[in-house]
Amino acid sequence: MTRRDALTFIGLIALLVVAMVVATAFGTGSISPLRALRIFWDTLIGANGDYPAWQRTTLVWGRLPRVLVAALVGGGLALTGAVMQAMFRNPMAEPGVLGISAGAAFGAVTALYLGGTTFSMLLGPAGAFIGALGCALLVYALASGGRGQVATTTLLLAGVAVGSIVSALTSFVLALSLREWEIGRQSLSWLMGDFEGRSWVHVALAFPLTLIGCVWLMLRGRELNVLLTGEASALALGVNVAELRRDLIVWTSLVTAATVAVVGAIGFVGLIVPHLLRLLLGPDNRRLLPAAFLGGATFLVAADMLCRVASLTELRPGVVTSLVGGPFFLYLLMGSRRA
Amino acid sequence: MRMALLELDKAWLEIGGKAIARDVSLSPAPGRFLALVGPNGSGKTTVLRLLAGLLAPTRGAARLEGRDLRRWSRREVARRVAVVPQDTHLDFAFTVREIVAMGRHAHLGRFQPEGAHDRAVIEQAMARADVFHLQRRLVTELSGGERQRVLIARSLATEALAIVLDEPTASLDVAHALEAYELCRALANEGKTIVMALHDLNAAARYADQVAVMQSGQCVAQGSPSEALSERLLGDVFGVEAEAFRSRAGWMAFVFHRSGSRAARCQG
Repeated sequence: MTRRDALTFIGLIALLVVAMVVATAFGTGSISPLRALRIFWDTLIGANGDYPAWQRTTLVWGRLPRVLVAALVGGGLALTGAVMQAMFRNPMAEPGVLGISAGAAFGAVTALYLGGTTFSMLLGPAGAFIGALGCALLVYALASGGRGQVATTTLLLAGVAVGSIVSALTSFVLALSLREWEIGRQSLSWLMGDFEGRSWVHVALAFPLTLIGCVWLMLRGRELNVLLTGEASALALGVNVAELRRDLIVWTSLVTAATVAVVGAIGFVGLIVPHLLRLLLGPDNRRLLPAAFLGGATFLVAADMLCRVASLTELRPGVVTSLVGGPFFLYLLMGSRRA
Repeated sequence: MRMALLELDKAWLEIGGKAIARDVSLSPAPGRFLALVGPNGSGKTTVLRLLAGLLAPTRGAARLEGRDLRRWSRREVARRVAVVPQDTHLDFAFTVREIVAMGRHAHLGRFQPEGAHDRAVIEQAMARADVFHLQRRLVTELSGGERQRVLIARSLATEALAIVLDEPTASLDVAHALEAYELCRALANEGKTIVMALHDLNAAARYADQVAVMQSGQCVAQGSPSEALSERLLGDVFGVEAEAFRSRAGWMAFVFHRSGSRAARCQG
């Protein structure tokens, strides 16, 4: 690791910490960052301070879990995006390519439609998780044709095809749901990606799988590097390509499913963050994967904060990431074409 | 005769009902440089891939150290047989050193970082393939010839006993091609098993101990360069008229004529 890489990492960690502290401090009923830090410290050591009780409630039960969910989801999506790009040797791949996002959307919308609003806090995530994994499994089974061998192009095409079929089904279920205002509203909100009212329950739902999966994927960095030089080359260098690819598909699917299940569809994080960091750090996945996690977490925490500061309830983080990420990506694309 | 490290024993490979290797038997031995020649599409690359265990024969056997290749793990094979591919295209901007270091992959545990020995091997490999001065450059910015040498360095970094090369000199200029042949000759003299597919019959005659001539998936001749590379056989296999002679330095060399055009000569 060169000095420049070390500085990049220190910068990324510092950015994430600052973003999380500021994001926790911002909101309706301003609490200064210093006050926020003191409240957290007091909560940790179990002391009481001379500040109104609502401030602690807002921070510890309202904003903190929301910020943590945003960080986990952003980190998970960016890291799985980086893994997908390495696996498909294509900088345009993202966590959704295996139909995972489409499957999650279908699962969530269907669960809400069938189950109603009573248990929506758990039904949505459960449906999304099952839908995402089901879709990934279907795509993998179709592409491998039961032979256990998968060509990446077949995998990509099967992902696109299954994704569009499932999206059509989602629209159909959504149209049915709109007959009931509340179910329709919740379904739409999920489709746009939402952090509103995310609590410690959501942190608990997303945390274990996301973290275990991310650590596991980070440890495969060197194998991913070798895979980037081509499949035949990786095989010749001693990588069991079929086994590696199966592992990667399983774990990226689990992480993506765990993250989209709690917040819904968030676009562009998995595409833009790894792409940007690859420009800074180069393609070495041993550095890129941890950096992508940190960068993705910061990006989504910031996007969520922007929504709250703008205090427009109509502005969703999923919309912000696409609005910021899309043009930025085009800018990079034009730049690389000139170069 | 020394025991073969790699061995194809009456190997066939059929893909989609079409035989692309038919009844090929080869046994490159340690300390020997085996050249694989033949027209385009004659099965040279297929034979190399069978030898390296990247493809499994549909009939017959491919063996490493006398044991069927299917019974070895990928890592075990990679530590013994290195491959220098024909296609050197790389999309991702790794540095030369990072690419060469990938040759150590099969020696390192999943979570094990490079040690002092690995670093020494990597540097030595870069020096021998003449890419040491390029080590911080990005492979995406190199010329085809430089990339080819980087992949030769990567094969050296594996410390494999056998190196299988697929037309490694296709994009090299004369001087670098000669360096590559001489490097392979030296490696063979040090006891490695070298198998190289190539089009340059003059180089095959000069540097190889053994030549195998491929035609339509079959190995039609095998032996020392002077045995295998007869004018008649080359004429049959390549569809040209071959004229063999001795160079002033005493090496066997060839010139080729399109069939029937041998007499026609530009008058200077």
